[in-house]
Amino acid sequence: MKNNRFKKLLKNPYVLIGGIIMGVILLMIIVGCFWMPYEPTKMSASEKLQGISLRHIMGTDNMGRDVFSRVMYGSRVTLMIAIGTIIIGAGVGTIIGSITGYFGGMIDEVTMRVIDALFAFPSILLALVIVSVFGVGWPQLVISLGIAFVPSFARIVRGEVLRCKNMDYIENARLQGVSDFRMIFLHILPNIKGVLASSILIGFNNAVLAEAGLSYLGVGSQPPYASLGRMLSDAQQYMFTRPSYVLCPGIVIVLMVLGFAFLGEGIKRWK
Amino acid sequence: MEIILDVTDLHIEFHDSDTPETAVEDFDLMLGAGEIVGIVGESGSGKSMSALAIAGLLNRHAIKKTGRIMFEGHDLLTCDRKTLRSFQGDEISIIFQEPMTSLNPVKRIGWQVEESLRIHHPEIKKNERKKMAIDMLLDVGLENANEVYYMYPHELSGGMRQRVMIAAAMIGNPQILIADEPTTALDVTVQAQIVELLKKLNREKGTSIIFISHDLSLVSQLCQRVIVMQKGNIVESGDTKTVFSRPRHSYTKKLIAAIPKIDLDN
Repeated sequence: MKNNRFKKLLKNPYVLIGGIIMGVILLMIIVGCFWMPYEPTKMSASEKLQGISLRHIMGTDNMGRDVFSRVMYGSRVTLMIAIGTIIIGAGVGTIIGSITGYFGGMIDEVTMRVIDALFAFPSILLALVIVSVFGVGWPQLVISLGIAFVPSFARIVRGEVLRCKNMDYIENARLQGVSDFRMIFLHILPNIKGVLASSILIGFNNAVLAEAGLSYLGVGSQPPYASLGRMLSDAQQYMFTRPSYVLCPGIVIVLMVLGFAFLGEGIKRWK
Repeated sequence: MEIILDVTDLHIEFHDSDTPETAVEDFDLMLGAGEIVGIVGESGSGKSMSALAIAGLLNRHAIKKTGRIMFEGHDLLTCDRKTLRSFQGDEISIIFQEPMTSLNPVKRIGWQVEESLRIHHPEIKKNERKKMAIDMLLDVGLENANEVYYMYPHELSGGMRQRVMIAAAMIGNPQILIADEPTTALDVTVQAQIVELLKKLNREKGTSIIFISHDLSLVSQLCQRVIVMQKGNIVESGDTKTVFSRPRHSYTKKLIAAIPKIDLDN
């Protein structure tokens, strides 16, 4: 039975396309952990701003560094930051959302107003504030983006828990003497895992974009180390002289977002 | 007969609106060990409310309850939540009228049947628990219990789900089983099977049953004693045969007259 459902999932075109795109990117990242054509920080004065060639398949940047190696390294950084962000955002958001939704009353009112206030800030602005207080660096970036992502997850989960908690089977479980904690995590949350899974994948998208945006603004990973957003920001002044430099990391960001979006859509429609 | 549940002067009032509304008034019930008591009455007569109060499910703030529900030396109306929880599902179980929605759609049947064991008897080992669950599923008449154990609720019919509900309610060997219109959503042949099943469980395990229904013919088949309720009050109670053959209250007479009869001669 489980096997059948899995096969059906693989036949879904969204999942298939998303899976292929993500597979290619993951392969690139994993290979990049062991082998890269060049050292991503190695500069070469004689090979500045070269175009696409066999020697440098994505060309070189303004300091003569190999763009392909930097993309391999940068997408690893970007993905890690996105995963960290989602773990914090979805984890904390799910806990807050399920507790407030389940218990209701005063806790719910107060927490949700705080969440509303957080929601009112654009997430990038919030991350900027946190980074400017705690300094620049990727742990700060992950934490600040994570906090910025908590409200949306808390809301989604709260709504779903509210929908679920009045179902007959929850009432029935309560009559078996199920404790509140057990009720939330074993009886209610499994019912909303579909919604949660697709919003996590969509959240991944936003996290990749937010990381790129923040790095573009210069508060993400610091030079000489690469992340996709950082590369875009470095490349913009050469946009017309050497388009391949800005296009390559840009296309990888677009593919990553597209891959997650397809996977998310596929899971949403899977049932 | 040993009295295991003693409800006296139960009042249930709703305080949702400005004027409090009384749902149940002066409800008394003595339940003996191994006895089956029926509660009948029209919709809104307070029969389900009384049962939910006994099961300890009415803990919304807007409801005011007075009276006493004595079970094993505790008053279920005033005891703390922990004590109440230790009874729920273990000593007092309840089955509802909606088997289609009363099972968690994303959990396997076996998991749901075992749930009250996991909560009240965590000392039971995993494989032992599984064996108990399968035995219980067999007891409620699900012959392919080994497969049902791994199924999801959507793979079962309404009658099978109600059997699963009964299995889940009975696995802890409760002293009291409250059946709140367990047959309403099922068709007639399945209704009869479920009633037979409840009878069998009562006979074999000695569980006392409070059977709530508006179907008088089912009540007369199953129950030794019957309580007739109207508008939150008990209008008549007593031995099932006596009540049905010589009803004293006009409401009981009307209820009995309302049982459809098939008369082929005319």
